[in-house]
Amino acid sequence: MTDTLKDPLTIAEKAFSSRLLIGSAGYPNNQLMLDSIAASGADIVTVAIRRISLEGGAETMIDLLAGDYHILPNTAGCFTARDAVLTAQLAREALETNWIKLEVIGDRETLYPDGEHLLQAAEEMVADGFIVMAYSTDDPILCRKLADLGCAAVMPLGSPIGSGMGVLNPYNIEIIRAQLDVPVIVDAGIGTASDAALAMELGCDGVLLASAVAKARDPVGMAKAMRHGVEGGRLAHLSGRIPRKRHAEASSPERGVIGS
Amino acid sequence: MSATISVNGVEKAATATTIADLLRDENVDPGARFLAVAINGAVVPRSKWDGVEINPGDDVEIVSPAPGG
Repeated sequence: MTDTLKDPLTIAEKAFSSRLLIGSAGYPNNQLMLDSIAASGADIVTVAIRRISLEGGAETMIDLLAGDYHILPNTAGCFTARDAVLTAQLAREALETNWIKLEVIGDRETLYPDGEHLLQAAEEMVADGFIVMAYSTDDPILCRKLADLGCAAVMPLGSPIGSGMGVLNPYNIEIIRAQLDVPVIVDAGIGTASDAALAMELGCDGVLLASAVAKARDPVGMAKAMRHGVEGGRLAHLSGRIPRKRHAEASSPERGVIGS
Repeated sequence: MSATISVNGVEKAATATTIADLLRDENVDPGARFLAVAINGAVVPRSKWDGVEINPGDDVEIVSPAPGG
């Protein structure tokens, strides 16, 4: 297997041994969440920021995760730069971290990012001292603008959030990876281990996923599969695939066949 | 006319004078970890929860980390 300790994912000068980032939402219960996250090998775990319930029953999931993982709060659910910035500031206060996964959603049906608000929020957050990991469409221009604004990582979607359709435009992902100097992490759309492997084979620095594991029939099994998918894809990328050809090329020696 | 504040989108009588008071009124321990509060769109640091006053008409948000993707 890949020696992950010698091939860390480095974001904002912080090294992580795993290139798989995982969400904490959608699990049937907290124990399955914990077991699945542990099985994934992930170092970075994403959380949302939400109004507390004033009817009691305090959330305990963060108590279970904090200390063992690098907690990455997100701005999921925000539709404006203003809400995203305030959510990031609340996350910084609640979790004592200046890391933020920036999401500004433009449409409830597609959950596609709103590019205009995304750029505005990224600029404000970078100026406010945040380490911004920006969720984006797989648009090379938007991704480049996010990197130019100072985002620590750019995270193009493979396909719509929760769709499980994998990496729909591998050509764009390759262009984005080639153009940027910051880590590129495919975030959203991963459905199974081969999707994660493909993202890594394309040269991406990491994969962020949530539903593919949380909503699998066996989340712990799928978490292991994703871990191996990411590691396999990374190793394949580093090792160099053979070129695609339209004709066959025998791997066994052609000379010395009996009867020849 | 009764003075009210909004707490997480719910209108309430403006009885609390500070954020710490308000949290106790809502049965939230002000010393609990992983809490953050904003008034009228501005985060109030924990160190000021005993000092900053809540005024009628204020829009208070009390948040905490939750499962996310």
